[in-house]
Amino acid sequence: MEATDLYEKSRERIGKFINATDSSEVIFVRGTTEAINLVAYSWGLNSLGKGDEVLVSLLEHHSNIVPWEIMAKLKGFTIKYAKVNSDGTLDYDDFESKLCSKTKIACLSQVSNVTGVINDVKRIGKVAHDNGALMLVDGAQSVPHMKVDVQDLNMDFLAFSGHKMLGPTGIGVFFGKKEVLEKMPPFMGGGEMIKEVVLSPNQGQCSVSWNELPWKFEAGTPNIAGAIGLGAAVEYLEDLGMDNVLSHEKALTEYAIERMKECGKTTVYGPNSLSKKLGIIPFGVKGLSSHDVALFFDNYGIMMRSGYHCAQPLHQVFKLESSARASLYIYNTKSEVDRFIEILKEFEQL
Amino acid sequence: MTTIDDYVARVEGTCGAEKDVIVVFKYEKKDEAIANILKKAIVKNKIAGIILELTFQDTSFRLYSSGKAIFRSIKNREELNTLLAALLL
Repeated sequence: MEATDLYEKSRERIGKFINATDSSEVIFVRGTTEAINLVAYSWGLNSLGKGDEVLVSLLEHHSNIVPWEIMAKLKGFTIKYAKVNSDGTLDYDDFESKLCSKTKIACLSQVSNVTGVINDVKRIGKVAHDNGALMLVDGAQSVPHMKVDVQDLNMDFLAFSGHKMLGPTGIGVFFGKKEVLEKMPPFMGGGEMIKEVVLSPNQGQCSVSWNELPWKFEAGTPNIAGAIGLGAAVEYLEDLGMDNVLSHEKALTEYAIERMKECGKTTVYGPNSLSKKLGIIPFGVKGLSSHDVALFFDNYGIMMRSGYHCAQPLHQVFKLESSARASLYIYNTKSEVDRFIEILKEFEQL
Repeated sequence: MTTIDDYVARVEGTCGAEKDVIVVFKYEKKDEAIANILKKAIVKNKIAGIILELTFQDTSFRLYSSGKAIFRSIKNREELNTLLAALLL
C-alpha cells in the first residue's frame, strides 16, 4: 500500500516537473529507448503504412533511428532523414521542407547526445502539427539539464531516462498527450494493463479490455523502487531549480571550451555558440584515437565516453571515425575543469 | 593450468570506425598481467608513468596502469586470444 502510494506520488511529481496536464500522461518505462520503442510498436504499428513518412534528424541517437527502421521494414513506410549543418546544428530548412502531408510523425532530440546542440522543438513541432503530424521528442539529454514544459512546447510524446538525471538505472519516462495515448493500443500485454480478461461461455476465447491510462502501458510488475528513486531525483532537481542547473552547466561549459583553446592538438566539434548548446563537449586529439583519450583520462579518475556515442550517422556526416565526449553536470566544478585541461595538455604530449 | 581467462575480466569492442579492442584485466590480477606483458613486449614509449606504448610480434598496443590495454588492427577474437596467451602465459 505504501509502495503503491509512493509510486503514484512519484508519477505526480514527475508530471508536474514536465508540466503534464495530468499524471496519467506519465508512463514509467525502462528508459528513453523503451519509450521510443513504445511509440513505434504501439502507435507506429497501428498508424503507419505504405505511402506514409516518418521524419527523423541525422543527429539522433540510435534509439530514435533503429525502432523506426525496424517498423519501416514491417509496415513499408518511408523514413526521411533531415540534414544537419557542418557545426552539428539542425538544418531547419531541410527538416521543415521534408515535413509534408505524408509525414505522420517527426522525431527529434531536444538536445544532441553528441554535440549538446539544443534543437528548437517548439518550432519543429508547430510545422509538424500544421502538416498533421505528431511530434516525438527525445528528451534524454534535455530534461536533466533544463526546464522542459510539454504543454508550452506542445509535444505529443517525450521520452527521458532516470540515470541521466541523478535517478536510478532501468527507469525512465514516456510522456504522451492523453488524447493520443487513449487512441493507442497497449505496447505489451500482461498483468496491470488489463481491466478484465473474460473467458467466453464456450471457453474458446478470452475477451480482454484495457486498463485506464497510465496503467494500460505498464504491463507486469513495475520497477517500483526505480520510479520512487526517480521521483526523489526530480525533487532534488526541483529544489536546486532547473534554471540554476542550466546556468551552472552553461558557465562550466563556457569555461571548459575557452580553456580547451589552450590545447593546440585538440579540436572541439559542434557549434561555437554557447547559446546553441549544453554541457556536452565532443572533441578529438590530433593523431590519437578517442578510445586512447578515454583510457588516458580513466587513469586519472575522469570518466568520459568514446566512440560513436550511439550516433554513428552523425559521425559519418562529420566524417569522424569517433569522438571523445566530456560531459558536465551539476556535480562538476571549475577546479575539475582545470584538472581536465591539465590532463588534456599532458595527453597532447603523447 | 593458467589461462588468459585468469587475467582477463572482459574484452570490449569499441564502437568507432577504428575497431579498436580494449582488454580489461581482472583487478586482482592486473599487476601480474602487466608484469608478464612487460617481460615479453618491447617498450617503445612510457608516458607520464601510466601509459606504455608496446610492440609484440609486429603488433603495437598501449597498456595503461589502470589495468587496461588497447589493441588495434585485431581481426578477430581468435587472433586476440592467441596474442594475449603469448603475452600473459
